[in-house]
Amino acid sequence: MKTVFELSSPGRMGVSLPELDVPAASEIPAELSRESGGETGLPEATEGQILRHYLNLSTMNHHVDKGMYPLGSCTMKYNPKLHEDLARIRGLSGIHPLVPDKLAAGSLELMYRLGEFLCEITGFKGVSLQPAAGAQGEFCGIMLIKSYLESRGEPHRNEVLMPDSAHGTNPATSTLADCVVVGVKSNEYGLVDPEDLMRKAGPNTAVFMLTNPNTLGLFESRIEELTSIVHEAGGLNYMDGANMNALLGIAKPGEMGFDVCHLNLHKTFATPHGGGGPGSGPVACTEELARFVPDPVVIREDDGNYRLCRKQDSFGRLLAFQGNTGVLYKAYAYIRTLGAEGLREVSENALINANYLKAKLRDYFDNPFDNGPCMHEFVLSGDRQAKQGVKTLDIAKRLLDYGFHAPTVYFPLIVHEALMIEPTETESLEDIDAFAEAMISIAGEAIEKPYLVTDAPVNTPVLRLDEVKAVKDLCLVEPVDKGEDP
Amino acid sequence: MSRFVPNRRVHREKMLQDIGVEKFEDLLEPVPEKFRLKEKLQIPEPLSEFELTREFEEFASRNTGAELVCFMGAGSYDHFIPAAVDHILLRSEFYTAYTPYQAEVSQGTLQAIFEYQTMIARLTGMEMANACMYDGASAAAEACLMAMRITRKQRVLVAGSLNPRWLDVIRTYLKRDDFEINEIPFLEDGTLDLEIAAELIEGGTAAVLVQYPNYFGFIEDLQPIAELIHEHKGLFIVAADPVALPLLRSPGDAGADIVVGEGQSLGIPMSYGGPYIGFMAARMKLARRMPGRIIGRTTDRAGQIGYVLTLQTREQHIRRDKATSNICSNQALMALANVAYLSLMGERGFREISSQSYHKSHYLEEKLLEIPGVSRVFEKTPFFREFVISFPVSSIELRDRMIEDGILAGLPIVELGEGAMLITVTEKRTRDEIDRYVMTAAEICGGGAS
Amino acid sequence: MSNIPEELRYTETHEWIKDLGNGEYMIGLTFYAQEQMGEIVMVEFPGMHDFNSGDILGTLEAVKTAEDFYAPFDCKVVRINQDLEDEPALINENSYEKGWLIVVKTDDPSGFNSLKSADEYSEFIGE
Repeated sequence: MKTVFELSSPGRMGVSLPELDVPAASEIPAELSRESGGETGLPEATEGQILRHYLNLSTMNHHVDKGMYPLGSCTMKYNPKLHEDLARIRGLSGIHPLVPDKLAAGSLELMYRLGEFLCEITGFKGVSLQPAAGAQGEFCGIMLIKSYLESRGEPHRNEVLMPDSAHGTNPATSTLADCVVVGVKSNEYGLVDPEDLMRKAGPNTAVFMLTNPNTLGLFESRIEELTSIVHEAGGLNYMDGANMNALLGIAKPGEMGFDVCHLNLHKTFATPHGGGGPGSGPVACTEELARFVPDPVVIREDDGNYRLCRKQDSFGRLLAFQGNTGVLYKAYAYIRTLGAEGLREVSENALINANYLKAKLRDYFDNPFDNGPCMHEFVLSGDRQAKQGVKTLDIAKRLLDYGFHAPTVYFPLIVHEALMIEPTETESLEDIDAFAEAMISIAGEAIEKPYLVTDAPVNTPVLRLDEVKAVKDLCLVEPVDKGEDP
Repeated sequence: MSRFVPNRRVHREKMLQDIGVEKFEDLLEPVPEKFRLKEKLQIPEPLSEFELTREFEEFASRNTGAELVCFMGAGSYDHFIPAAVDHILLRSEFYTAYTPYQAEVSQGTLQAIFEYQTMIARLTGMEMANACMYDGASAAAEACLMAMRITRKQRVLVAGSLNPRWLDVIRTYLKRDDFEINEIPFLEDGTLDLEIAAELIEGGTAAVLVQYPNYFGFIEDLQPIAELIHEHKGLFIVAADPVALPLLRSPGDAGADIVVGEGQSLGIPMSYGGPYIGFMAARMKLARRMPGRIIGRTTDRAGQIGYVLTLQTREQHIRRDKATSNICSNQALMALANVAYLSLMGERGFREISSQSYHKSHYLEEKLLEIPGVSRVFEKTPFFREFVISFPVSSIELRDRMIEDGILAGLPIVELGEGAMLITVTEKRTRDEIDRYVMTAAEICGGGAS
Repeated sequence: MSNIPEELRYTETHEWIKDLGNGEYMIGLTFYAQEQMGEIVMVEFPGMHDFNSGDILGTLEAVKTAEDFYAPFDCKVVRINQDLEDEPALINENSYEKGWLIVVKTDDPSGFNSLKSADEYSEFIGE
């Protein structure tokens, strides 16, 4: 499609603005003024043209409201419409973040109560709502732990233990927090090998980072043993809460020996993913860690008023302001809409849907860790198809032709040709059956007409894109000479 | 039960049967019995749509700060947002999509962000931009880390006139024994002390970071600072306010290597602090060292133009502990807000926003200075949209009294004096509102406006 | 089947090493590894200095993977293949000749002699 710059013609306007109603001040000195001619290169088009452009672009996206989006570990569930409206109520959206606390009493109370809910759901005592996303939540969690270890006189502890199935953010966060990654092996059942953890945990262990259920969709059954090993070695346990959609009202990380966890509100709590963000990654933790939470945190005074404050031992600040507040509003609305039973209903059905889909696909794809029930997601291997010359990438692309989004592919790294599938609880039996039929049909095509799969997609706005060319002939912005005056 | 879960008892029974278990609890077999919750969560009873709406309206009504005429800035600004922006954001196609990993069904998001990258690069005078960061402050911190990686030096110089909350974030991201952050002090006129900067820069500096305009609204002359850091083989990072850029010399033209900033002013409501968006632009040769996602243009098998996530080997999902950052989810929908806003404003509209913010802030400053006892905190220096004034009364007290008259007067900065206030005027403030500010302040200060 | 020349030695990190005489050794990426990675789009080279066995010498980047290459023994880097800066895909086109990565120098041949033979490497990659 043409770019917005190609719609431009000098003199067109997309807004109407009032005239300047005060006397003009003296101009900015020339040496500080915008260079030659002063153009910024923004397009000039009418409101209608701009709307049409972006609405036409939008139709080229797959999205949850259109069809199933079974991306493993991304929890692409339905996003309630009301919540969009609520977050846009003027009193909530039109307020400056630095107003005196008593003028933001509504937002503060909402945030405080959301914090309490998240503590109840996770089994923790302290919470920070500031992290903007899961990865920033991880950074927050590691910084809490480092601050705590320092207060205990053990600042030298800098090793972060994690299984080889960890999300890429876990090792990247460890580096950001000036720690060293130590890999722990998974065993033949796809679970952390306690003996290897025992070998790796020691006097330099700061923290063991674990996603539970893990990235294979399996609950770490020996969780108590794992967290105890780390505690006995003097380290702490961090739960990556990316997969919390499996545990609402079913089990609490705080009771399994974890000291801190983050939650992804844009996964578990139905706030929309926005094509990549904004998310929100609150961190819940034990009382010992709570005194280090980032600035600011919402507290409730004895007189019942709410206030933002900086804890004396806070490790610092992650964002300019208090967090992705607009996202927090929507997560609060979600929890209030569901209540305790509704939350448990979410996880129960997430588990049922995943196990049902796994059973449906069992005969058609390799399932390297099928030793019992999975939690909210499962990982298949496309090995069988790859031997026929049809790779997992091809299967993913062919699914697009069938009107579905692809699962997460080539992750976790410990599974060859991995397909990680998470249907979520908001998909109906009929939709899951339709997805299963598509997968089964593709498995058949891989044998009978493999070219249909390797040539896919063909029913999409563009065909398979050349990613090598994108890297070799880097084009990251529209060249200036294009899209000027026609 | 909830309106989001379609499985009813009849479906569940069939599905459990097909799975090969008798009851739901059988699926919990991997969860040790002792960790399975026996009690319901202590969460209040569910609310219907209209009950929840009422509760939210009640919360909103207690946010009385939202009713005030806003002269507060300091990193979050009350600019006009065209109605069409939200109509674009509310397209399910955009807001219910995930990160564009499957490019063939994500061209809408990908092209929109490519256009966003182009606009950010053009505004800042740089060659490329990434797909966004969390907010301006974290983008500034990531820019410092990026400069330290590139130069292999472990010290950054940060302007003392940087937003203190941003400095806090930079200190948090750079909290390591082997990293050093030094502050460059500012002069009587509020701009940086280049003589001291020249001394501090000796001995291995990765980057100098300057806010433009600075926290007090003053417009720094960037070029001498660029020359200074470049002589010392470091990088020049500018934290720019995008609304000022139609009027000001672009950071790229003045010698910046990396430009970051906060995009909230471009079509995003203040929303009590978030979600906002950080932008990051750089010279092309630095693209491979950047954090965050980057969209590139390419072609498909039929030769049609299309867009993909590119240079992905920098990122956490591939490079893991050697990635340029841990960022994964960013603020993509806010990038869409920015690109929709900038498209609607266009070349002339955006310049008008910038220009009116400039002139209106000068008008208020001039009028306030006519009140007896009111003075500048710094010497007269060119400023944009924000300025610091010293009132003859406590600025906190003044703020509180003006709130009673429906005016959010600004942010008291007591570090600069008991009466010091950072005041912001955007294009949204009318002459009437500005005059009312002056009258109210004059009354409180004990004199009439002359 | 991969192309694994008999006269070269190999590492578990998929480098091939060729004895050039005079204590100089040429290092490259095996045919097998380049095939696994796909088209290589960038090579990051080390400086001309000393490295210990196992140190990262540089990085090879494809579109969806990035792999480091390592010093097979204690050595000093003396030459890099500058052609790869413009045309990194030479590694894919001709991994054992035009696609060489670097030349290193060492006085001690024992490190080289203990590397894998072609047969051992072939077995290592399961072919």
